[in-house]
Amino acid sequence: MTQHDTSTATKEREVSGTSATEHPAVQASSPGQSHVAHVESTAPGSLRVDDLEAYYGSFRAVSPVSMAIEGRKVTAIIGPSGCGKSTFIRCLNRMHETARGAHIRGHIYLDGEDINGPKVDPVVIRRKIGMVFQKPNPFPTMSIYDNVAAGLKINGIKSKERSMDEIVEQALRQAALWDEVKDKLKQAGTALSGGQQQRLCIARALAVEPEVLLMDEPCSALDPIATLAIEDLIRQLAPQVTIVIVTHNMQQASRVSDRTAFFMMNAQRSGELVEYDTTAKVFTNPADKRTDDYVTGRFG
Amino acid sequence: MTVESGQPGLWRRFTAGARNQVSGSAGDVIFRLVALAFTLIILALAGSLVFTVWDGARPSIGEFGFFGFMSTEEWNPVFGEFGARHIILGTLVSSLIAVILAVPVALGIALFITELAPPSLRGPVAFIIDILAAIPSIVYGLWGMMVLVPFIAGNLNDPLIDYLGWTPFFGRPAFGLSLLAAGIILAIMIVPIISAVAREIIYSVPAAQKEGMLALGATRWEVMWKVVLPYARVGIVGAIILGLARAIGETMAVTMVIGNAGYFVANLLAPSATMASLIANEFREAGTSLHVSALIHVGLVLMIVSLIVNIAARLLVWSVATGPSGDRR
Ligand SMILES: Nc1ncnc2c1ncn2[C@@H]1O[C@H](COP(=O)(O)OP(=O)(O)O)[C@@H](O)[C@H]1O
Ligand SMILES: [Mg+2]
Repeated sequence: MTQHDTSTATKEREVSGTSATEHPAVQASSPGQSHVAHVESTAPGSLRVDDLEAYYGSFRAVSPVSMAIEGRKVTAIIGPSGCGKSTFIRCLNRMHETARGAHIRGHIYLDGEDINGPKVDPVVIRRKIGMVFQKPNPFPTMSIYDNVAAGLKINGIKSKERSMDEIVEQALRQAALWDEVKDKLKQAGTALSGGQQQRLCIARALAVEPEVLLMDEPCSALDPIATLAIEDLIRQLAPQVTIVIVTHNMQQASRVSDRTAFFMMNAQRSGELVEYDTTAKVFTNPADKRTDDYVTGRFG
Repeated sequence: MTVESGQPGLWRRFTAGARNQVSGSAGDVIFRLVALAFTLIILALAGSLVFTVWDGARPSIGEFGFFGFMSTEEWNPVFGEFGARHIILGTLVSSLIAVILAVPVALGIALFITELAPPSLRGPVAFIIDILAAIPSIVYGLWGMMVLVPFIAGNLNDPLIDYLGWTPFFGRPAFGLSLLAAGIILAIMIVPIISAVAREIIYSVPAAQKEGMLALGATRWEVMWKVVLPYARVGIVGAIILGLARAIGETMAVTMVIGNAGYFVANLLAPSATMASLIANEFREAGTSLHVSALIHVGLVLMIVSLIVNIAARLLVWSVATGPSGDRR
C-alpha cells in the first residue's frame, strides 16, 4: 500500500528545474527589524502585498505586511499557530471579508491589478485565486465528477475549444487523481480516502484555471503518505500556477517551497512578517534571530 | 405485566446514579423518583387517551369498517350514514395548499436570516417570525373571517376564475369561505415552524462547505442553491413535514374559514371541511351514539395520520441534527 501510493505520486513527476535548495539569487534584505527581500516578478500570477493589515472588528490579526509573491513559484508561509497565517492568505482571495466584522487595510495586487479595487468583484478574484482548505471539504451531495465541475458550472467554461469532460479529466490528472477515480466518476466524492479527497479539492480548484492557488495547511489532516503525494503535486503544479502554502510543518516548507515567509505574533498578539527570503536562506542562514530560533525548533 | 417486571431494573437505574454521588444523594433519589413518577403518569395518560379514542370509535369501525369508513363519501347523521372520504380529502388538500404556499416563504425567511441579513437584523427578524407561532389560532381565525375571507370573495375569486377557470381547480360556487382560505391561513400559521426548524438546519451546514464553494468564485446566491440547500435537504424536508403535521391537525382557524361543507369538490374556491373542523363543528350536537362514534373514528384517523407524519418529520430532523446529514446519500 505504501509502495503504491508513493509510486503513483512520483510517477509522472516533472522536474521543474527550480528546487528549493538550489534557488539562485538571494535578494538584499531591507534595513531594520524585518528582513524582507523585495522581488519584482514578471511571471504571470504574481502578487504584491502592500502594507496589508487584517482586522476582526477592532482586533488587528495581521500587522502591516509587504511582500512580493513570485508568479509560478511556491511560496510557503510558516509561523507558530495563531500568528495570522490563515488570516493573511484569506486576504489574498478576499475570503477574509466573509468573516464577521472582518476588514483590511492596504493593498494587494494580482499582476498589477488591485484586487480590492472599487470596481472589482470578489467573485471574479476568487475565481482567479483559488483556495484549498485545511480539512478536505468535497461537496457530499455531488459526485466526484460534479465536484470537479462545480466551479465550471457556476463560472462557465473559459476556453471554447474544450468540453466539460476534458477539463474535468485534465484537472483530475493535474491533481494526480485521475487514475484512481476514472472508473468511478459518478460516485460520491466523500467516499474517497482523506488524501484523495484533498486531491479532489485541488482538482476542483484547478478546474477553473486559477492564476494562483492558496493552500491553508492542506496536509494537516492527512497521513504521511498522502502528505508526500500532495507535496509532489505542489512541485508539479508550480510551473503552471502560483502556489502560496501555509504550513506549520517546517520540513514541508523546505521540501516544497521556493521562498518562505516567517510570521510571528508581536506583543499586541498581532501577526507580523519577520522574514521573507528564499527557502534555502530562511532555513540555513536566516537573518533574524527569531527565525533562527523557530526553524531550529527552539520555540513554536 | 411488562411494566411491573421492568420496574426493578428501572428502579436500580434511577437510584444507582444517585447513590454514587457523595453529597445530596437523598434529594437526588427523591428527584429521580418524582421525575420517574411524572414520566409514568404521562405515559399512562397517553395510553388511556389512545384506548379511549379506539374504544369510542369501535361502534363506527364495526358498522362501516376502518378503511371502508375512510373511502365512503356520504356523511348523513339523519340517516346514520357516515363516511370520511370528503373530510380526509379536505384535510389533505388544504394542508397541501398551505405547504405549497408556505415553503418558499419560510425557506426564503430562513435563508435571509442565516445567510443574507446583516447581523444586526438577524435577531429581530427571527424574533418576529417566532412570535407569529405564539399567536393563538383563534386569533388567526378571526383575522381570516374578517379580512381574508372578504378579500378572497371581493378581490381574488373573479380574477382567479377568469385566468385559471380553464383548470378544474378554480370555478363556482365561490363565496370566500373556501379551501383556498383555509390553505392560506394554514400557510401563515406554519411559516414560523418551517422557517424556525429550517433556520437551525441551515445554521448547521458547516462553514467549510460554504467556503469551498465561495472559493470557486460562487456568489452567495449560488452558495445557497448549490451547497446550503442540498446539504440541508433532508432536514428541510423534515421541517416541511413538521409544518404539514401542524396544518393537518389545526382546528379552530380552519373551522372558521373553510365553510364546513358536507362534500368535497376539487374546486379550491368552494367551501369544504377537514377532519378536525368536522369534529369541532358536530361533536356538541351529535344526537346518536353512532354519530358520536363516527366522529371519534374521525379523531382516530386524524391521530394516526398526525402521528405518522410527526414521527417521520422528527426522524428526518433528528437524523440531521445528530449526524452529518450531507454524508447520507
Ligand atoms: N473569525 C475570527 N474572528 C475573530 N478572530 C479571529 C477569527 N479567526 C481568527 N481570529 C484570530 O486571529 C488571529 C490569527 O488567527 P489565524 O489567522 O487563524 O492564525 P494561524 O492560521 O496562523 O493559526 C488569532 O488570534 C485568532 O484568534
Ligand atoms: Mg490557520
